Amino acid sequence: MEKVKVAIVGAGITGASIARVLSRYENLEVHLIDKNPDVGWGVSKANTAIIHGGYDDDPKKYPMRAKLCIKGNRLWHEWVKELEIPHIWNGALIVALKEEDFDELEALLKRGIENGVPEMRIVDREELFKLEPGLTKDALGALWVPIVGQIAPIPAVIAITENAVANGVKTHLETEVRGIKVRNGEIVGLETNSGFIEADVVINAAGLYADDISRMVGIDYFQIHPRKGEYWIFDEGVPGPRRVLFPTPTPISKGIVVTTEISGHLMIGPNAQDLPPEEKENLATTREGLEEVWEGAKRLWPNLPPRNKVIRTFAGLRPEPTGGDFIIRAEKEVWGFINVAGIRSPGLTSAPAIAYEVVEIIKNDLGIKLVEKSKWNPYRKEITHFFALTYDEINKLVRKNPAYGKIICRCNRVSEGDILEAIERMKFIGVKTPSVDSVKFRTKATTGTCQGSFCRPRIIQILAREYGIPPWKVTLKGRGSEIGVGDVKSLIRGE
Amino acid sequence: MYDVVVIGGGPAGMAAAIRARDLGLRVLLLDDNDYLGGILPQCIHPGFGIHYFKEELTGPEFAYKLMSNLEGVEVKTSARVLEIINYSDIEKFVVYTSPEGVKKVPTRTIIYAAGARERHAFEIGIVGDRVSGIYTAGEAQTLMDIYGIMPGKEIVIVGSGDVGLIMARRFSLEGARVKAVIELMPYPGGLARNIMILRDFNIPLYLSHKVVEVRGRGRVERVKVVKVDENLREIPGSEFWIKADTLVISAGLIPNVRLLSDIGVVIDPSTGGPVVNDRLETSIPGIFVAGNALLINDLVDYVAEQGELAAEGAKEFIDNGGILSKHWIKIEKGENIRLVAPHYVSGERDVWLYARVRRPMENVVLEFPEIGKRIRLPVVKPAEMLRIKLRAKEIREAENKITIRVIEND
Ligand SMILES: Cc1cc2nc3c(=O)[nH]c(=O)nc-3n(C[C@H](O)[C@H](O)[C@H](O)COP(=O)(O)OP(=O)(O)OC[C@H]3O[C@@H](n4cnc5c(N)ncnc54)[C@H](O)[C@@H]3O)c2cc1C
Repeated sequence: MEKVKVAIVGAGITGASIARVLSRYENLEVHLIDKNPDVGWGVSKANTAIIHGGYDDDPKKYPMRAKLCIKGNRLWHEWVKELEIPHIWNGALIVALKEEDFDELEALLKRGIENGVPEMRIVDREELFKLEPGLTKDALGALWVPIVGQIAPIPAVIAITENAVANGVKTHLETEVRGIKVRNGEIVGLETNSGFIEADVVINAAGLYADDISRMVGIDYFQIHPRKGEYWIFDEGVPGPRRVLFPTPTPISKGIVVTTEISGHLMIGPNAQDLPPEEKENLATTREGLEEVWEGAKRLWPNLPPRNKVIRTFAGLRPEPTGGDFIIRAEKEVWGFINVAGIRSPGLTSAPAIAYEVVEIIKNDLGIKLVEKSKWNPYRKEITHFFALTYDEINKLVRKNPAYGKIICRCNRVSEGDILEAIERMKFIGVKTPSVDSVKFRTKATTGTCQGSFCRPRIIQILAREYGIPPWKVTLKGRGSEIGVGDVKSLIRGE
Repeated sequence: MYDVVVIGGGPAGMAAAIRARDLGLRVLLLDDNDYLGGILPQCIHPGFGIHYFKEELTGPEFAYKLMSNLEGVEVKTSARVLEIINYSDIEKFVVYTSPEGVKKVPTRTIIYAAGARERHAFEIGIVGDRVSGIYTAGEAQTLMDIYGIMPGKEIVIVGSGDVGLIMARRFSLEGARVKAVIELMPYPGGLARNIMILRDFNIPLYLSHKVVEVRGRGRVERVKVVKVDENLREIPGSEFWIKADTLVISAGLIPNVRLLSDIGVVIDPSTGGPVVNDRLETSIPGIFVAGNALLINDLVDYVAEQGELAAEGAKEFIDNGGILSKHWIKIEKGENIRLVAPHYVSGERDVWLYARVRRPMENVVLEFPEIGKRIRLPVVKPAEMLRIKLRAKEIREAENKITIRVIEND
C-alpha cells in the first residue's frame, strides 16, 4: 500500500497529540518536526498546566474552544493513565470577592451547562471555606468545578511523543521548516535547515509561528501575537491550596491563579501582557509583571510567603490568533495543508480533542480513507522516579543497576539511574544535542530548593559521558547555551 | 548499633568522626559525594588550617590531612541520607541510599554536618531571561576545579564576600575578564586579605549596587545593575548595563537543615541552623550539629573545631544515657548582634561563642553586661565572625541569661 506522508510542523502538545492519534493508521507515514532540540519547548513549556473545565468559552464566539475544551478534558482522563503522565484531578474554585461577581459566576454556570460540563455548582461562603480554609476572608462564594485537573505539561508532550515514536512516528528535531513546496495547488514537501522532507499532507501546529508557516503556502488571513504571562513558584513546605483557585474572570483573561502544582509547590500566575507580533521569543520575566502577579494572587491567598522562599520565576507566551478562536481546518487553496493555529489557552486541555478533530478533517475534507493498524500500542511507561519508590523497590532496582542507589539531585532525590533512563529516552525520540533541561523535564533534577547548584555539574558529567562529548559542550537548553567555553586552561592558551 | 553516625564528610564531619573514634566510639561517616572533603577539594586556594593545623594549606590539603586520619572509622561515600528516624531519646536510625541500595542503620547519636547551600539568582530577585551562564560561585568553582571546565570569558560577580572574591581571582588567573563585582551593601563583604584581590587584578567593585536583570538568548549577554540608597532602595535612573557572558552569584549561604526540620528540630531563623546548647546538641536529644549546618563560618578551622566539640557531646551523651539536665543559661542577642551560637550554655565548661554583627563599627566594646565582661575591639564587620571564649566561672555568674552586645567605646 502506498502510504500518505504526513508532516506535522511543531512538536508541542498539539503536534505531538496529533502524531499519536495519526500513528494509529496503517496507511499514514507520520513525521513530527520541530526546530527545538527536544519536544514541548514552545508554548507548551510554560503555562498554568491546568486541564480546564470547559465552562468559560462562549460557544457562539469561540465555537472550537467551547467544543474541544470539554472534550479534551474527558480524553485526558484516559490519556494520563495510558501514558502514565503525572496528573491530579483536584477541581477548581472561581472565587467571588464582590456581590457583582456572582452575576459573572451565574453566566459561567449557564455557559458550562450549554457546553455540557458536568458537576458544576455555586457554593456559598460556608461551604467554600470547608473546601479551601486558607482563602482570603473576603471571599463570598465560588463556582465549584470539580472536573478540573492539572498535568505536567512537558512530561505530557514527552510521554505522547514516546508513544507516537513507539508506534512508528519519525521525529526530526532541530529541524526548522523554512519553506513549503506546493505544486499545482498540492503540497509536495518541506524545505528545512536539514534538507527536504517529502510530504503529501502538512499539519501546521507551529504554535506562536503558525502564522509564518501558513504564509509559506500563501494563506495569511490570520496573525498570531504573543500574550505574556508570568509566574512565581515557591519552595516546598510553603502551604498552598488544595484546589485550583481562580478569581472571577475578566473579558481578556481567566485571571491570576493560585495553585499547588503537581510537584507540590505553591505557584501563582499568570498575568496577561500583549506583546507585538515580532516578540515571539521574549520570554523574559519582568519586575512589573511579577509584581502584578503578586498583588493579584494576594487578593485570593493573603498568606504569600516571604520573597526568599521563591525558587523560580518564569514566563510563557500565549499564541493569540486574529479572532480569538482556534483555527483548525483544511485550507481549500492548497490541497493537503491543514492549519491547527491559534492554539492559545485552553490548548493544553483541548489537545487530544484537537487531534481527533484533525483525523475527521483528513477523512472528510481531504477524503483520505484511513486504515487502522491491527496492532497499535496505546501504552507508555513513565520513567523511574527514585522519589516515588519504596525502599524495597529501590533495592530491587539496585540489584540490577547500582546507579539507581546513587542520588544526583539532592533536593528532589533523583538517582543516577533515573538520569540514565532519561538519556536513553532522549535518544529514543531523537534528541541530538544533550541539554540539562532535557534531563530536568524528565526527572525533575535541578528544580528543587537549590535550583541545581549541586547537581548540575554532575548531570553535565553524565550527559558528556553518555553522548561522548566534552563536558563544556553540554548545553543548558540547546545550541548556543553551552555550559562552558572550553577546558579550564583554554583561555590562557588563547583559544 | 553505632555510637555515632556522622552525616556529611566535609571538615566538620571528618573532624567529628576522628574525635569520636579517639574517644573510643564506633563511628559511621556518610557522604553523598564520590569523595570526602565536602567543598574543600574545590577550594584550591591557600588560607586553610592556620589555627587548626598551625600551617597554611589549600582546601584539598586540609581535606587530605583529615582524610588520612580516618582509620577505624567506617566511611561510605556516594551515600545519601534519606531520612533520620528519631525513635526515642536514646535510639535513632539513619536511612541512607548508596550504590549498594537503601540501608537503615541503628545508632545512639547523630552528628549532623551536612553543610550549606548557596543562595541562587531567583532567590535574590533577579529577573529576565533564563539562560546558560548563570552559576552560583560554588557551582562555578566545582566546574573549574573539580571538572576542569571554563564556564565563560567575561564575568560579573554578585557579592563581595570571600567566596565571590576568591572566584574573582580564580577567573582572572585562568584568563577570564572579571568586569565587576557588585555588592549590595555600602561596604565589602569579605575578609581584608581577600579584598586585596580586587586591586591585584584591577577589578572594579560597585558598592551599594545590585544586579536586577539578565538578558541573553541562549547565553547571558548583559546584566543590568542599579544603585541603591542607604535603605537599600533602588535609585531611579541609576541603571546601567554591563556586557558579560557569565553571572556568578555569591550571595551567601544557608545551612542545609531539611533532614533536621523534617523531624522537628528547632531552627534559629537568624543563623538558619538549629538551636543548640554548648554541646552543640539540637532540640532533639542525641542529635548534634557542626560546621556550616550549624551556622555559616568563615574559617574552616572553626568548622573542624565544632566537629570535635560535637563528638565530645556525643561521648558525654553515650556515657550518661543523655546529657544530664541542668540549669541552662540563655545567650541573648543585644545591640548590633545579628546572630550567635550556641544558644544555651551550662557553666560547666568553657565555651566558644560564635557571633556576627549586623553592621560594621569601629572602636567598640563587645560586652556581656550580666557577667561584667568587656572586650575592646578596633573594628567589627558582618563578614568576620566573632569568636569569644566564655569561661565556665564567668558563665556561672549569670542567673538566667547572658546578653552579648556591641557598643561604642566611650
Ligand atoms: C501563560 C500561559 C498559560 C496557559 N495556561 C493554560 C492552561 O492552564 N490550560 C490549558 O489548557 N492551556 C493553557 N495555555 C495554553 C497552552 O499552553 C497552549 O495552547 C499549548 O501549549 C499550545 O501548544 P502547541 O503545540 O499548539 O504550541 P507549541 O507548544 O508552541 O508547539 C509548537 C512547536 O512548533 C515549533 N515550530 C514553530 N515554528 C517552526 C518551524 N518553522 N519549524 C519547525 N518547528 C517549528 C516550535 O518550536 C514549537 O515547539 C497557556 C498558555 C500560556 C502561554
